[in-house]
Amino acid sequence: MSAATTNAAEKALVSLSLKDVHKSFGRTEIINGVSLDIADGERHAVIGPNGAGKSTLFNLVSGRFPVSSGRIELRGEDITNLEPHVINRKGLSRSFQITNIFPRMTVYENVRCAVLWSLGYKYSFWHRVGGLRDAAQRTEEIVELIGMQERRERLAGVLTYAEQRALEIGVTIATGADVILLDEPTAGMSHSETDEAVELIRKVTAGKTLIMVEHDMGVVFNLADRISVLVYGEVIATGTPAQIRGNKAVQEAYLGTEQD
Amino acid sequence: MTPVFHKTRLIFWSVVAIFFVMLPFGFSGGFALSMLSQMGIAIIFALSYNMLLGQTGLLSFGHAVYFGLGAFMTAHVINWVGEDRIWWPITFMPLVGGLTGMLFGLVLGFVTTRRAGTPFAMISLGIAEMVAASALMFTTFFGGEGGIATDRTAGGTMFGISYGPQIQVFYLIAGWCLVGMIGMFAVTQTPLGRMANAVRDNPERAKFVGYNPTRVRWLMMTLAGFFAGMAGALATINYEIVTAETLGLVASGNVVLMAFIGGIGHFWGPIVGAVFVTWLQSALSTYTQAWLLYFGLLFLIIILFSPGGMANLVTLHKPAWHARLMKRLLPSYALAAATGALMLTGFVAVIELLYSHGGSGDMVSLFGLRVDAGSAVTWVAAVGLFVVGIVLFRWALKYVRRAWEEITPQLQSSGVV
Ligand SMILES: Nc1ncnc2c1ncn2[C@@H]1O[C@H](COP(=O)(O)OP(=O)(O)O)[C@@H](O)[C@H]1O
Ligand SMILES: [Mg+2]
Repeated sequence: MSAATTNAAEKALVSLSLKDVHKSFGRTEIINGVSLDIADGERHAVIGPNGAGKSTLFNLVSGRFPVSSGRIELRGEDITNLEPHVINRKGLSRSFQITNIFPRMTVYENVRCAVLWSLGYKYSFWHRVGGLRDAAQRTEEIVELIGMQERRERLAGVLTYAEQRALEIGVTIATGADVILLDEPTAGMSHSETDEAVELIRKVTAGKTLIMVEHDMGVVFNLADRISVLVYGEVIATGTPAQIRGNKAVQEAYLGTEQD
Repeated sequence: MTPVFHKTRLIFWSVVAIFFVMLPFGFSGGFALSMLSQMGIAIIFALSYNMLLGQTGLLSFGHAVYFGLGAFMTAHVINWVGEDRIWWPITFMPLVGGLTGMLFGLVLGFVTTRRAGTPFAMISLGIAEMVAASALMFTTFFGGEGGIATDRTAGGTMFGISYGPQIQVFYLIAGWCLVGMIGMFAVTQTPLGRMANAVRDNPERAKFVGYNPTRVRWLMMTLAGFFAGMAGALATINYEIVTAETLGLVASGNVVLMAFIGGIGHFWGPIVGAVFVTWLQSALSTYTQAWLLYFGLLFLIIILFSPGGMANLVTLHKPAWHARLMKRLLPSYALAAATGALMLTGFVAVIELLYSHGGSGDMVSLFGLRVDAGSAVTWVAAVGLFVVGIVLFRWALKYVRRAWEEITPQLQSSGVV
């Protein structure tokens, strides 16, 4: 009895769990047996060289690609190989490394589209979208959170790169999910833009579970509670920033000798 | 803010309604009335098509299927009413067509909307072929070559309305056209309508905000089927006959042209396209044998020079209008219009001469002039006019470009762009 209770309690604390996940494209194995538990409310960074399989891992977790084998659980529930929209409705939302928004819609509409499902409007063609108080309020909140009130009527396709990246994050969190996956949110940004983005990420993911792929070590060590290092489709180390910094294998495989 | 919005919409639709009521007073006469009736049907059909193309990003080559099936079903139901087998007022026949179109949208859409892009276009074409072929096979329902004839007065007279006179049919069409316009506009303002736009823009991303793009497309297809079928029912009432052509590929192609010519990026675009194309088809065809050629050419010109269609021309000039800079563009436009007219006159003259077989002494009527199509002088004059027109028009276009270049900085600084 008591063993089972402890087990359940432990499970509840794990937001996302990967169990021996494999993925091959044709003959090439890209993800090579990844197991990972991410705790509720944790900020977890995934780092690793280009082509290590970080984005692929996100694609598996979010349902974009089916896994070759293994199991993925969201709060203890099996979500392996479910459709992306089903996974999203269960409370997992992701952003993309290459900006992926609705270019011919305004900033406001982009965010509102992401808000609708979680508020229960589904495929309704009997509600007037402009009259939905709760949707409007949530959308306003998020537009403000990503600092785009002044840009709200702009078409997403004509925004600057940094603005599009902010909108990408806005759309991701607008779905109301409490497990957030961000794929290189600061890639291609200047120093000051990166600082702003980090603040934004900190703000919008407060109280949520965050898993992010990030190349900027400054951002990683600043933001993450724990870090996993992915090399050739395998997690070679997982630990706190201090543990990762001190890890020999990681230094050899990835961080090299240069550190900030 | 919301109530004000409501009020302006209400006023707007009332104005449209009054406009519809007034139309026959401005354009009386059998020809005008039957053209207006056709326009009303075309408007509903083109708008329903744009629910797929403009709003959901689905390029369908088989939309007449839903129009046609709605039309056939309506013909049968009217005949049943005539035989006293069932009771249903003619006024509400568009619901019969609508439900038929919707049912087929639901069934066929389940197959077609699995894919978007080119596969969808091809599947829609395949289904259109299939349905058109069945129309010739299942003669009980489709009536074979002769189609299904019907009598729109079968419902008898109710409140003095028998639907015998065309004016009554016109008002029936106008009424349902208004209902269709309001209904389809309303759909754009709903969660489904907005998600259709999202799916059009980026189906993959739509999945990651909780929406199944296939489901969104399918629902839009079902709704579009409803309005297409509604238009089909009105066509049955208007013509009192439905043939297999109604659901054929030519009819499907026609609505594609209407939508593109009017502009698919704007809700109102297809309305403009439907009115304009219907007018061209009935007016132009009475003047010239070559009308299809002009029609094709017009389509080309629009796709090349204003890919957003006629509606886009309005959108394009909005910033200049708001910045009160239109007067800077108008002189160059006037020049382009004058030289363009010259070029067009020459072009039309050449085409009409070509169509006249050109035997000596063969008199052709050109712009009210009787000219000899066999005489070299006529040909030289026509070709000359065309060539000079081209040269002058291109020269005028330079001024148009320059005028735009001149106002662009001011547009940018005034912040409207
Ligand atoms: N859809 C795909 N088909 C085939 N190979 C792929 C696909 N997606 C990714 N890959 C390959 O998987 C490897 C890992 O890619 P990715 O996950 O994007 O790396 P990272 O995000 O770590 O830079 C790369 O070699 C890439 O070419
Ligand atoms: Mg990547």
